[in-house]
Amino acid sequence: MSRVRSIAAALLTAFCLLLTTIPRVAAQRSPAIAAAANLNFALREIADQFARTERQRVELVFGASGTLTRQIQDGAPFEMFLAADEEFPNQLSKAGLTRDAGAVYAVGRVALFAPRGSPLQVDDRLDGLARLMRDGGVTRFAIANPEIAPYGRAAEAVLRKHGLWDGIRPRLVLGDTIAQAAQFATTGNAVGGLVAYSLVLGELEERGTYAVIPTADHPPLRQRMVLLKKAGAVVERFYRYVQEQDARAILQKHGFAVPQ
Amino acid sequence: MDWDALRVSLWLGAGTIALLLPWGIWFGRLLAVREFRGKLLVEALVTVPLVLPPTVLGFYLLVSFGVRSPLGQAFQAVAGQPLPFSFEGLLLASAIANIPFVVQPIQRGFEAIPLDVRDAAACCGLTPWQRFVRIEAPLAWPGILTAAILTFAHTLGEFGVVLMVGGNLPGETRTLSVAIYDRMQAFDDRSAGVMAAALLAIAVATLMATTTLSRRVSRRRG
Repeated sequence: MSRVRSIAAALLTAFCLLLTTIPRVAAQRSPAIAAAANLNFALREIADQFARTERQRVELVFGASGTLTRQIQDGAPFEMFLAADEEFPNQLSKAGLTRDAGAVYAVGRVALFAPRGSPLQVDDRLDGLARLMRDGGVTRFAIANPEIAPYGRAAEAVLRKHGLWDGIRPRLVLGDTIAQAAQFATTGNAVGGLVAYSLVLGELEERGTYAVIPTADHPPLRQRMVLLKKAGAVVERFYRYVQEQDARAILQKHGFAVPQ
Repeated sequence: MDWDALRVSLWLGAGTIALLLPWGIWFGRLLAVREFRGKLLVEALVTVPLVLPPTVLGFYLLVSFGVRSPLGQAFQAVAGQPLPFSFEGLLLASAIANIPFVVQPIQRGFEAIPLDVRDAAACCGLTPWQRFVRIEAPLAWPGILTAAILTFAHTLGEFGVVLMVGGNLPGETRTLSVAIYDRMQAFDDRSAGVMAAALLAIAVATLMATTTLSRRVSRRRG
């Protein structure tokens, strides 16, 4: 009994000590910005640059545009939303949750990616994928969930255009976000996947081969951003910053086209 | 290692214990010593969160406390912020999810006290409160401690409901388990690995502690 008691006493003491040493909330929290997962590398770089030149910090939270839209509707305390399409932000502005209709800040591209050692040969017309499917060599193929991720929708359009959609459906693994789809495509669990070109340039490049898909093969991925109702001065500044030359250069470096 | 996430996780674990334990001791003891009609149903209800998918809990919490529901709007009017996507919302979700982890070990702890011990205590003229403090609580102590440890560990491991109700807000609702998921998606396998190892170590330590405690209890029973 005494041993149990001393264990208990020790645990409780340790616990209380722990609690007193850590304040629950960081002294000053930076404003939170919701961003589509394809921006994972580009926007981080922009935010770092913003922190250096403007001496202001923003917190980035990445997710599927659909998931983030739902969270904003349910009251998530984001001050700005950078989507992977126009539909989701428009939905929010119609519901009166945004400052205004926002602006298109980038146009994204889709790429076919195959990890090192995959039997898939990549090309921008998906001939290699069609061949591999005929040979029964496609075990798993990764795209983002078309319901919640615009890049998943674009991937579906590309596969449909080449007449591969019905055949490949049973072989698809769906990522919650395009970043997760890219994760699936690289870890060797899939022969490859249709992912965001920005993620290829950000991380996947050295892990395999890729081909950028022509923009004509899917509806354009015009990515719109909106200020939400509770946007403060720092985020307003960030919103303008994304449209300025420094940020545009970073977006272009990550494979995005930027509107004039 | 995401220290903010670790802090959120630890606070969530501690908060859940603080919220549930007093209530759990009262209720666990009640279930252990009293027989009443509908006890079977009550015990089943207490256990439900154990078998319920976290998404079900997340769904109901979002639907009932989201800013689009009357209850959620009322909460926002009083508290000034919506319950979902806040630490308080996570705490509520975590408290509900942990009810069985608190009540069951405590109930077993009190059940293990022989009836004649309680009777003897009553015969000695101790008041119910004295009986509880001097006799029952010291004897049921391993059960209570097990409940606290299990709740803490389970809260640290909670993922689905945290992501659904909390979102992924750094410093507020991003717990360690969510941070691992987040880091994986950013291809940051190193940080994810460090945090996964930390959670694994905590889980193993927890199970060792609870096993030791339950051995004490069964040895005393036998």
